Amino acid sequence: MKPNFDQFKDIPGTTIFTIEKAREGFQLNEFCMSLRTQENRDRFHADERKYLDEWEMTEEQKKAVLDRDFQRMLDLGGNVYFLSKIFAAEGLSYVQAVSTMTDMNVQEYQAMMLAGGRSPDGWRSKKERGEA
Amino acid sequence: MAKITAGIATSHVPAVGHAVDSGRTQDDYWKPMFDGYEFSKKWIAENPADVAIIVYNDHASYFGMDIMPTFAMGIAEKFNICDEGYGPRPIPVVEGHAELATHLAASLILDDFDMTVLNKLDVDHGLTVPLSLMYGTPDKWPTKVIPLPVNVVMNPQPSGERCFSLGKAIKDAVEQFDGDLKVHIWGTGGMSHQIQGARAGLINLPWDIQFMDDLINDPETLQYKPHLEYMVEAGSEGVELIMWLIMRGALGDKVNEVHRFNHVPASNTSVGHLILTPKDN
Repeated sequence: MKPNFDQFKDIPGTTIFTIEKAREGFQLNEFCMSLRTQENRDRFHADERKYLDEWEMTEEQKKAVLDRDFQRMLDLGGNVYFLSKIFAAEGLSYVQAVSTMTDMNVQEYQAMMLAGGRSPDGWRSKKERGEA
Repeated sequence: MAKITAGIATSHVPAVGHAVDSGRTQDDYWKPMFDGYEFSKKWIAENPADVAIIVYNDHASYFGMDIMPTFAMGIAEKFNICDEGYGPRPIPVVEGHAELATHLAASLILDDFDMTVLNKLDVDHGLTVPLSLMYGTPDKWPTKVIPLPVNVVMNPQPSGERCFSLGKAIKDAVEQFDGDLKVHIWGTGGMSHQIQGARAGLINLPWDIQFMDDLINDPETLQYKPHLEYMVEAGSEGVELIMWLIMRGALGDKVNEVHRFNHVPASNTSVGHLILTPKDN
């Protein structure tokens, strides 16, 4: 069966981690995996730039990590489960990190979740939203 | 003969593990969710398993992108707990059942399911949070465990049909085992949630409830639901629910609904939980 990755492009505000994105983000995600040990977390936090330079990541990917720009990291092939190693190492929860990718601050995001979460209505299609 | 005596479905949110490990299960935020599992803890104490086959996904905790198996099976005697970025959870090591696991992996490969065989595996919250929800905080897990990791992280994930068929093959393989074992099969992950992008926080409880109804009553149709629908309606991470189809496939045609629970939210996620038993049991 021929893959159809284009079918995911109409979902608003969503980056599907396809095998193609996985190839693009391999080194970025490898860097994230390295943060599974306390020794590496300490080395990363001591000098982030130096630690990042040990990986064959693109300059854009390194900048996105330094800026903690999680949406940019997704755009460059990162996957949120990998990226979670960056924010978990800093004591941040998924809610805290994930809210930075939305147009809400963390309090607003938490309030939305407590009220039942984001309704899919209006969020099913970029075409419907006039974004495509 | 070994027999599958129950299927358990549950979400596997990492923050739930933190709540258990830090003794916050009775906090205002968490209590309503944990209350939904009180019945289950009693039920599983009265209906124990010798072995639980736990279908789950790793979250970049053990598998990186260097090797990404679509379906795998842990056949070791024990599985250590992953460090997911903040140190391993302070919970007992997970004991395996090598004899049944080797039989299952071999049977499934012979039945054309190309399982990746794992003689070494550390397990993450995908597997351990369900254990905590069902068993609380024991000194030793009351059941042996056969981990069955599925790739639901990288698209393409296996199809719903393939997952459902795998469940059916697991049922046959368990029943062909030369030993007298009670086996549970757990499908974990879901329900609706999206933890990335501007659409993060998506929850679709009516869709989740319909999914549960269809899983119980009409899995033969549900298996064909395209991944795109899971992503659009249940969020990019909602596709984890294909793992519930593996559980359901292993229970046979008809099931009894023993327990059902829904709660929104746990962290970013719609929590769903089912206990099902095969009707011919």
